Order: sequence, then structure tokens, then C-alpha cells
Amino acid sequence: MSGVEDKVLTQNFGLENLYKVDVYLQQGGYQALKKALKEMTPGQVMEEVKKAGLRGRGGAGFPAGMKWSFVPHKVDQPKLLCVNADEGEPGTFKDRYILSHNPHLLIEGIVIAAFAVGIHTAYIYIRGEYEAVAQRLEAAIAEAYQKSFLGKNILERGFELDLFVHRGAGAYICGEETALLESLEGKRGHPRLKPPFPASVGLFQCPTVINNVETLANVPFIIGKGARWFLDHGLPRDGGTRIFGVSGPVVRPGIYELPVGTSLREIIFSHAGGLKPGKKLKAVIPGGMSAPILRADEIDIKMDCESLAAAGSMLGSAAIIVIDEETPILDVLLKVAKFYSHESCGQCTPCRIGTSWIYKIIKRLMAGDGERGDVDELVRLASNIKGKTLCPMGDAAAMPVISLTQKFRTELESSLKNQ
Amino acid sequence: MSPDISAGLNKKIAELAARYPKKEAALLPVLHLVQRERGLITAEEEKLVAGLLGLKPIRVREVVTFYTMFYQLPMGKYHIQVCTNLTCTLMGGEKLIDYLQKKLGTKIGATTADRRFTLSEVECLGACEQAPCMMVNFDYYGNLDKEKIDAILKDLD
Repeated sequence: MSGVEDKVLTQNFGLENLYKVDVYLQQGGYQALKKALKEMTPGQVMEEVKKAGLRGRGGAGFPAGMKWSFVPHKVDQPKLLCVNADEGEPGTFKDRYILSHNPHLLIEGIVIAAFAVGIHTAYIYIRGEYEAVAQRLEAAIAEAYQKSFLGKNILERGFELDLFVHRGAGAYICGEETALLESLEGKRGHPRLKPPFPASVGLFQCPTVINNVETLANVPFIIGKGARWFLDHGLPRDGGTRIFGVSGPVVRPGIYELPVGTSLREIIFSHAGGLKPGKKLKAVIPGGMSAPILRADEIDIKMDCESLAAAGSMLGSAAIIVIDEETPILDVLLKVAKFYSHESCGQCTPCRIGTSWIYKIIKRLMAGDGERGDVDELVRLASNIKGKTLCPMGDAAAMPVISLTQKFRTELESSLKNQ
Repeated sequence: MSPDISAGLNKKIAELAARYPKKEAALLPVLHLVQRERGLITAEEEKLVAGLLGLKPIRVREVVTFYTMFYQLPMGKYHIQVCTNLTCTLMGGEKLIDYLQKKLGTKIGATTADRRFTLSEVECLGACEQAPCMMVNFDYYGNLDKEKIDAILKDLD
């Protein structure tokens, strides 16, 4: 069922200068915005997105239309939109493609979303390292203002939206939505206690919608072609396509936009060309580094939120990291542990202490000083982080440690000197 | 306005601050701009930025010390950041950082004696399809091997 015809968001990525507004317009760009503003009410736009089963593409997979509907209708304060372009989950690079190849698709999605919820100010929080991408985005925003797709009285329909780019400065935690809000307010990226949820108390204490780049980039297609069309590209409760990012020792690493529910085996072996000559598959991380690992015999699985959850993993950001037989699992564990101990914001004790403790044990194992009981100790430590922190980073740090030790226990124990 | 920075920068900072209902929200973007002009953020720049945004200097320091992209020590002309996260390691990134340490005669986290290069390890840059990858200042380079690194360094002025 998959092929070029399935591409939606990335279908024109091959076109030269697609990032310029004139080329985007030639491809039918901003038609969905015109339809929304001229033929639909905000409520109808929101209903269509709800019906389309659009789930968040950032990691949690929460239904986007439902998220919008949590914002109270009548409030004294302004409502705000934050676009999460922090893209820090290791293995993930899909949003960079959208932002650099087709920034107007994102802008169009943002304006439609803002219209649906009644928002007049939006910020794109982009990771600091994406400087060149941020410049391209700024240029696209300037074009959109010139063409009356942003600013006051958009398309002469009386709707108003200002859109700004806000650069981060190198902190994984700022991809977590409440840390992102703190960072956008000019503070350390320390996640907030929830509730209250951002939909009621968010940026500058105002009701706030936070959506991932890819999530919003789907919105013009849902409005332009309808929820039915969108659902036909995916699954009944998980509509559309996903941009799978495949990395590691495969023949063709890169992005593959395919229907939600495409099999993991098909993505790795058909689309990405399988492993490089002479290499054999050992394991796959299916949804960014924090997703629990799958063994080579577990890849006949549909890539959608519910199927992966049922298999004890998660679709996350749909970033597929392929691991070959020659890579010791201890090396993978070391990278995972190092990353989370570096990126823990330090606010919650279980995460701050637990991640560095885990990292120290794994370094000791690497040095050949592992002892009997170390593997159990890792599981115990990780279990004491999971579910015991303000934000999901605690779980993100714990889950890969738990899954790696469970699924590759024999290999890990064989590396201990005093078994 | 501050007499300690250029007129152009003062203007840009005023524009940035106007984007938010509270001007302190412009702190990260303003720090990026000041760092570009000054090269780093020391106590002097913290005080300067605090004055511009109506904050106490300690509020600025809290932020500067949290984010990895603000430099508190002088950097080399070229900051080379090699990704050593999972995918880049699977693709040989660690061998490249060893190679760079030998080639440049410096350690991870240090700057060469001629102040030309600072070498760092960095977490995932979001370019895993081009692993192993690195950044030199703000430019991305991917699908690296030793020969490619030699060519990249040779092309730097």
C-alpha cells in the first residue's frame, strides 16, 4: 500500500525553492487556509481535526483536536500557541526536514490552528542548533506577512495572528512542553507541576496550545482534503502518515513518509534498504531513544501508537534507530545513560541522582569491574525514577534502561567478571 | 539602550523584547545576540543583559549556566562539536573525535594553543541520517570520515 502516492507532507520536498512562498503557492499552498477562513467556522475546523484522528507527532501521541478543545472558549486573557520545534529526542530529525524544505506548510497549519482556537499570538520554539533552519523560517514568516497570511486582517477576513521564532540554547528538557514554556519565558527549562495543564495555565499564565511541527503541518491537508481522506491514509484512531526517520547502519538512512501502521520490518528492509552488507539486525529503538527497545524478532509490528504501546514500547517521535549484531548492548546502554544524566534538568531528585548513578554503574561495567547484582541494581534504580518525577523525562530515562536490561540480560551478565 | 553595545544590536534587542508581553522572555534570544557580538557571556555581559531587560544579574546567570550554548569561557575561532550520541556512535563518531583530538593536539572540552579550535562532544544534533555528524560553529557536516574531516578543516580560513 505504500509508495510515492502515500506521501502527503513530504510530497513536494524534491521541488527546488519550495521554501519560497511563490513556489508553495504554485503547489496549491494556502488554499486550505482560504477555505478555513472563508468557508468554515472555528468550531467546524476543530471538529474536522478531531474527526481526522490526528495524534501528536512529538512523542506523546495525544489527539491534537482534543488538545485544542481543552482551551476555554471565553477567557479574559489572550490565548497563545507554542510550536514545539525543539526536536531533541535522539534519533529524530523529521521536523528539520519540514522546517527547511517546506516552512510555509507549517505556517499555514499554524494559522489554521490559531483560527480554530481563537489565538492571536504564536511562537515557534526552535532548538538553538538549528540556526540556519531558523533563518529560513524567519524569511518565510516575513513572506507570509507580505502576502497577508499573517498579521492583521488575514486574507481580509478580520482574523489576526502574529508569529515569532524563539531560539532555544541547547537543553533536551526544553522539548518537554512545560519546560518549553519556562524557557520561552526566559527562565531555566524546569518542567512545571501539572495540573494546571497548559491549556488552562500556560505561557505567561495564559491558556496555551502546544503542538509539534509535524502535527501542525498535517492540518492544511485535513482542512483542504477532509478528515475522511486523512483517515484513509492511516488507521481509524490514528490518521494520516508519519514521517519515519531511519538511522544507524542501514543502506539508505533518511526520512520515509508512510501511512500510520506501516510495519517496522517493511520500513527497515524495504524502504531503508535493510542493513549494510555484512551486518545483521540485533535490535531496534522504534520511537526515539526513550522508547523501549525491540529485539530483531519483534519487528513484525505496525508502527502506530496503540500497536507499539501493546508491545511495551512507544511510537514516540517515530525515530527508528537500527542496531546491528556487532554492537554490544552495553555500548547502547552507556550512550542512553550518559545522555539522560547529562540532560536531567536537576529539579527532581530521583531523576537527577538516579540518572548519574546509573551512568556511573555502566561506566564501571564498561571498565570490566561489573559485579553480580549490578544488572538488578540498574533495574532497581531505573524503577525508582519511573513515575516519580514531575515530567516524563524520568520515564524517558528509565524505560530504555529497564527494557535493555530485560531483553539483553544474558549478554549483559556475561560481561560481568564475578558472576 | 546600553552604550556598551552597538546601535544595531540595541535596535535588534528592542525589537525582540517587543515580541513578548514581558520583556524578560527575550532573555535567550538576547543572550544569543550579545554572545555573537562579544564571543562569550561573562559577569560583565550578564550585567549588561540584566540592565537591558530589567532583571537582576543573578537571574541572567541562572539561565546562562543552565543552557549549553552560552559560553562562559573564551572559545576558539572554530567550535567543533562532534555528536557522540547513539546513532553517531553506531556509525563511528567516537573514532572521529579521537582522530580530531590527535589531529588538533587538544582534548575534548579544550581549545588549541593558537585559539583556532575548541573541540567538544555534543548530544544529538538532529541529523542522524547523516551520522556521524558534527557542527563547526553553526554549520552542519555529515557522513563524516577522516578524509572528509581533513578536507573540512583545510577549507576553514
